[in-house]
Amino acid sequence: MHKSRNFLGHLYMAAILFYLFMPLIIMGGAAFNDNRLPSVYPWKGFTNRWFVELFNDQVMWTSFRNTILVALAVVLIAVPLGAAGAILINSISGRVRGALYGVMVAPILMPGAVIGISTLLFWNQVNVPTGLHLSVLGQVSYIAAFVMLLVLARLQSFDPALEEAALDLGASHGQVLRRILLPHLTPALGAGAAIAFFQSIENFNVTLFTRGTSNTLTVYVFSKVRAGITPTINALALMLIGVTFLAAVIYEMRRRSLARKERLLAAPAED
Amino acid sequence: MQDLLRRYGATLTGTFVLLVAFWLLALVILPNVTLFEASFRPYLPVVDVGGPKDTYSFDNYRKFLNNPVDTSFLGISFQLPIHTITFLNTVLFSALVTFITFVMSYPLAYYLAKIVNPRALPTLVLLLFVPLWVSEALRAFAWYIILTFNGPLNAALVGMGLLDAPVRWQNGVFTAYDAIVIGLVYTYVLFMLFPIYGSIQSLDTNQIEASEDLGAKWWQTHWRVILPHAKPGIASGCVMVFMLSAGSLLVPSVLPSTKSNWFTQTIQVWMLESQDWNTGAAYSFLYILLCTVVVTLVMWAFKVKLSDIAK
Repeated sequence: MHKSRNFLGHLYMAAILFYLFMPLIIMGGAAFNDNRLPSVYPWKGFTNRWFVELFNDQVMWTSFRNTILVALAVVLIAVPLGAAGAILINSISGRVRGALYGVMVAPILMPGAVIGISTLLFWNQVNVPTGLHLSVLGQVSYIAAFVMLLVLARLQSFDPALEEAALDLGASHGQVLRRILLPHLTPALGAGAAIAFFQSIENFNVTLFTRGTSNTLTVYVFSKVRAGITPTINALALMLIGVTFLAAVIYEMRRRSLARKERLLAAPAED
Repeated sequence: MQDLLRRYGATLTGTFVLLVAFWLLALVILPNVTLFEASFRPYLPVVDVGGPKDTYSFDNYRKFLNNPVDTSFLGISFQLPIHTITFLNTVLFSALVTFITFVMSYPLAYYLAKIVNPRALPTLVLLLFVPLWVSEALRAFAWYIILTFNGPLNAALVGMGLLDAPVRWQNGVFTAYDAIVIGLVYTYVLFMLFPIYGSIQSLDTNQIEASEDLGAKWWQTHWRVILPHAKPGIASGCVMVFMLSAGSLLVPSVLPSTKSNWFTQTIQVWMLESQDWNTGAAYSFLYILLCTVVVTLVMWAFKVKLSDIAK
């Protein structure tokens, strides 16, 4: 009974993985098809001309650069804001905490388009023109909340007595922050920075309404897909998927080697 | 607060407060207040702004109820304003997407949490994460390629003899929103899977075994033991998937049929094509209302707190 159920489970897992990866493979495969329309079928022969076309597309390179710059700016602003929010909320309780928490996480649940539009209207009223700087501010408003949640979770395992001890031993306030609290928060801040970076790269809705005339990679892809399309977009997709996959493989190999080391260290103790 | 002052001193505490104040005021509260205020003002040429014509009214919201057209639902035909139809369709099909992703995710979440060999788990989770990091635009585009008339899906189905002739999937076989639902499910299914997985994982396996030992059928174990425990995760997943689907602009624009319209597209037309930001603001506010109603409903129905949903 249990065995057949486990078998069904494995089968279902395999089916889901097939479902998740098949579309990506089809999209990547179309990048090599010598067909004016992006498709794997009918197959008209192998070509690399879509890659060549992509590399000669200046707009793509500008969009790419903009995406990276916006993502870096978002990380630089969202991480301090989110961390400060977590430290503040961790030190208060009661109704004020509930209200603050609600305001902080509300942007996560709000549609991106609404965030983009409200950012656009507000800064327009104080005479700040549209552009990627507004995209950064709009993205930060909800990405800082992700950082806040990560740091807040990490603060639960923090022992405040350490700070007391440091203060008693004559450390300054700055030293307490730098030497005691920040080292403890480092993993959460690192994870927060990574999430902020990827969320920003992924973002489309906020950027679309605030970007003015500048492009980011998602907006570029969107306009290409809508414009009726050549397979250059598949070439770009294949490379992005490739980079993602490579990063995943490197991560996995590191994890395995760390796990092996741990087992080796643990082994003598078991004897 | 006192505690912060004692630990970090006035300067650092002041900095924390200022940072948070900037975030919450300049990036969250004031933009939404501006949005709310602008939604009641008319769309005017620059010279008339602040003039006698610039008065508050519900005109922008009234546009939501203009232009009634014939429509039918479950065989009953009646008249509804065109933007209201779009809004209701968006809600209806987002709910459908949420339901489908739940049905797909629950068995897989259970499998990952309780059945699979724990040593294979990190690799599997990583594999599941890879499609999540691929841009939303590209994931929708992948389905555009698959569903095209001369695409691989039709070729495969006709080749296997399951279909006599190719089908125009994009124009909708069941409803005008087929392709959009397919794209949204594919794009957001993992946002349902991971919260449910997290909540099932925290259930003590002994409880499942105890339930089985006491003679519960497999579906009773799920219904009475596992599902109740997974409630916060399910609530979180449902809110996430529903809000992401209803708020998606990429998927409905990349996978449209001739008759489909998503509410985000309506807003986009007001904002970027008509350049009527005030009506755009009014429609955005309707979205905020929808969002609030949905989150409140889920919190009430699942008896969970906001901190359970936003994790």
